[in-house]
Amino acid sequence: MVAKPGLDGHDRGARVLARCFRDAGFEVIYTGCHQTPAQIAASAMQEDVDVVGLSCLSGAHRYLFPQVVQLLREKGADDITVIGGGIIPEQDFQKLYDAGIKAIFTPGSTLDSIVDWVKKNIKPVE
Amino acid sequence: MEMEKKIKAGDVRAASRLIRNIEDNVPEAKATIKHIFHYTGNAQVVGITGSPGAGKSTIVDGLIEASRKRDKTVGVLAVDPTSPFTGGATLGDRIRMQRHAEDPCVFIRSLATRGSLGGLSKAVGDAIHVMDAMGKDIILVETVGTGQQEVEIINHAHTVLVVLVPGMGDEIQALKAGIMEIADIFVVNKADREGAGKLQRELMIMLDMSPIPPEGWRPPILTIGNSFKPEEFERDIEKLSNNIYQHYDHLVSSNLIGDRLRRRTMHELNEALRSSILEPVLNILVSTGELDRMVEKLLKKETDPCSLSEEVARKYLQGCI
Repeated sequence: MVAKPGLDGHDRGARVLARCFRDAGFEVIYTGCHQTPAQIAASAMQEDVDVVGLSCLSGAHRYLFPQVVQLLREKGADDITVIGGGIIPEQDFQKLYDAGIKAIFTPGSTLDSIVDWVKKNIKPVE
Repeated sequence: MEMEKKIKAGDVRAASRLIRNIEDNVPEAKATIKHIFHYTGNAQVVGITGSPGAGKSTIVDGLIEASRKRDKTVGVLAVDPTSPFTGGATLGDRIRMQRHAEDPCVFIRSLATRGSLGGLSKAVGDAIHVMDAMGKDIILVETVGTGQQEVEIINHAHTVLVVLVPGMGDEIQALKAGIMEIADIFVVNKADREGAGKLQRELMIMLDMSPIPPEGWRPPILTIGNSFKPEEFERDIEKLSNNIYQHYDHLVSSNLIGDRLRRRTMHELNEALRSSILEPVLNILVSTGELDRMVEKLLKKETDPCSLSEEVARKYLQGCI
């Protein structure tokens, strides 16, 4: 699932990703812009997704990304992997990793590298 | 058994996992479906079909709201197409429905067609059962954007909405068979646009020419205005919602609900037979490489598809043929 938390409406990147995962043979749910972490967590559970990819270009990633992880944990859905991308300064990486974000992709990341990360790190459900 | 209990208790995580396993043909899912089948049959199933971009998802969003106002619990199954080339899919129906994402009484699930041609996913029938067993009062099934022929929704829904928009063709379209015949309710969406009145008239003329159906239900033609004018939109949706419930009441009072259920059951049995008879044979043919060899023979014109399939039937369906 590709989701955009918060007030940031720049969703070109998110759309490109949704398209690129589709072309790589994935089923991708796109939730659109302006989602609250609670909406994202609830949607991820209803759709039983393997990965949630969060995109944020507004600078609010340190507040929004960890909330999604936290809500999934509270609902017993911590097996859903959360990754993120967008305009994210390097000094924030560790804080996001500590909060449970499994990977971060910033401008310049190739689409292939993102798809490969998912293929390598997400095991199909038995 | 554990799974079955969770589903009946309305557990979203368990239900969404079960639906995933149904889609993936996981054998255990079949066992659970066998059990929960006995707890189904209570939900009202409404199908929403129409061409791509006609406004199906927005209407579904409105209908969720209208149903919640009536204090009904809601399940939504939203189907979007799978790529014939990569097997991937972008599922974007729920974008329009996200204001209901956190409502615990609303369960929205996207499904990809995965090669099904009738406008739905093969898993849709069982997914309806899952939501039904969870105790959802109304289940809204949104088909992929359809053209003329994708009518499979009639095998699942009590009430079918066909959503049309102005400017899609002349009155000849209204004469054609297929999707125009399956509506219990016609919805003329984007009715603020030019041509909406004409479309309504054409539908009326079409219905005037149709024999009065045996159940005595003439599909109403309802208009829905601009969704960016919330008051009008809500009023139109409310009227649509009323008509959906009226249609269901009509099915019950005229006892025609029996016919619909029979059609649905027949379809389900057909599907089950296909998966327990045809699929195992196909699996053998694929895994042994026999299927490829058969294709080679056909390409060389050594034989024909009819003879080949008769051969397969003689081999695997002994005693029947």
